[in-house]
Amino acid sequence: MTKVSMTVNGKSVSGNVEGRTLLSAFLREDLKLTGTHVGCDTSQCGACVVHVNGEAVKACTMLAGEADGADVTTIEGMANDDGSLNAIQQAFQDHHGLQCGFCTPGMVMSAASLLKDNPKPSEGEIREYLEGNICRCTGYHNIVKAIMAASGQDVSAIAAE
Amino acid sequence: MYNFDLERPTRVADAVKLLSDSVESQPLGGGQTLIPTLKQRLASPDRLVSLGAIDEMKGICQDDSGRLCIGGATTHAAVAADGSYPALSAMASHIGDPAVRNRGTIGGSLANNDPAACYPSAVLASNATVVTNAREIAADDYFEGMFSTALDEGEIITEVKFPVPEKANYQKFLQPASRFALVGVFVAKHSDGVRVAVTGASNNGVFRWSEAEAALSSDFSAGALSDLTVSADDMITDLHGSAAYRAHLVKVLTGRAVSAA
Repeated sequence: MTKVSMTVNGKSVSGNVEGRTLLSAFLREDLKLTGTHVGCDTSQCGACVVHVNGEAVKACTMLAGEADGADVTTIEGMANDDGSLNAIQQAFQDHHGLQCGFCTPGMVMSAASLLKDNPKPSEGEIREYLEGNICRCTGYHNIVKAIMAASGQDVSAIAAE
Repeated sequence: MYNFDLERPTRVADAVKLLSDSVESQPLGGGQTLIPTLKQRLASPDRLVSLGAIDEMKGICQDDSGRLCIGGATTHAAVAADGSYPALSAMASHIGDPAVRNRGTIGGSLANNDPAACYPSAVLASNATVVTNAREIAADDYFEGMFSTALDEGEIITEVKFPVPEKANYQKFLQPASRFALVGVFVAKHSDGVRVAVTGASNNGVFRWSEAEAALSSDFSAGALSDLTVSADDMITDLHGSAAYRAHLVKVLTGRAVSAA
């Protein structure tokens, strides 16, 4: 076991991990931050997307030991300081951007990463950016719509809710 | 995954030392292929030597002869954002998905040499040089077939040097589930001729289509390919496409790459 220390959602944390411990496992099992979902465990589905040093990564495909010293943000760190939903989360609620909700943490984290780099993405850019986030309920239309709305753009032209 | 020890050296020399001692070790780039492989228990090293903390292996610059020099631990996202070799950046911007591109590295992709990976075609068509901790390897000498390269055990790709062609383009026919190339063709027009490298198609990994190179070197237009045929011998057949289908795609995508270059 090796000790790892990192900042998660603004708090300093540490724990002892095996070499093989995945970042997703460290977050969920050691830190009990179960908002980071493990959908496929094969890097395909994106439910486990978190931000490491500001960049979206699949937490199931990064070793916890490699995040030693990193600044990590999970879905638990996305709400506003007063506990209310942030703009992206609220837009997912307003536009019915989820059904079962399993993929939603990864969708929100990917959306936040997209909007950081591209504050006013087109519908096509959103769809392309979400290639690594799979949703089996919504058909994506309302997810795309929510992200458009979160970026302050008109969503009336996108498929009906 | 079987357990292993994880080391994170911060210098190339330390990584090389770890990889050459008596513990069975494997270098870890971005891990976007290796970690899934370990999960499937297709590999079971006693130790992984992460290259992700070696700053001297990250970054992009140009050398005195105008070559684009990319550190071996540079991510696909960083290459995509660079833009000084537009066709290369465009290629990198379509590897996997955004989260994969934030972790996956050029050195990792080339060391693995997946027969459907994008980077090998760019390296081969660009006539790039693969720099390791020990030597420089010309692209034509580097790729030795499916998942096989000229790298020795424990040898690390520290940098890749790309001559920037006059014109270039990469066309990828996406296998939508894996986001690898069902077939990908990188065409590069250099001052001394055209190079065409094909990935995803052959059982022998990335290869140069020499007939197309000859035709395009005298006439750089899609029409120059019209009389050429691509043999389906040694092409990959799997549930995504037959050998004949892949052979057909090679010609179609080469034409598209020339038109778009």
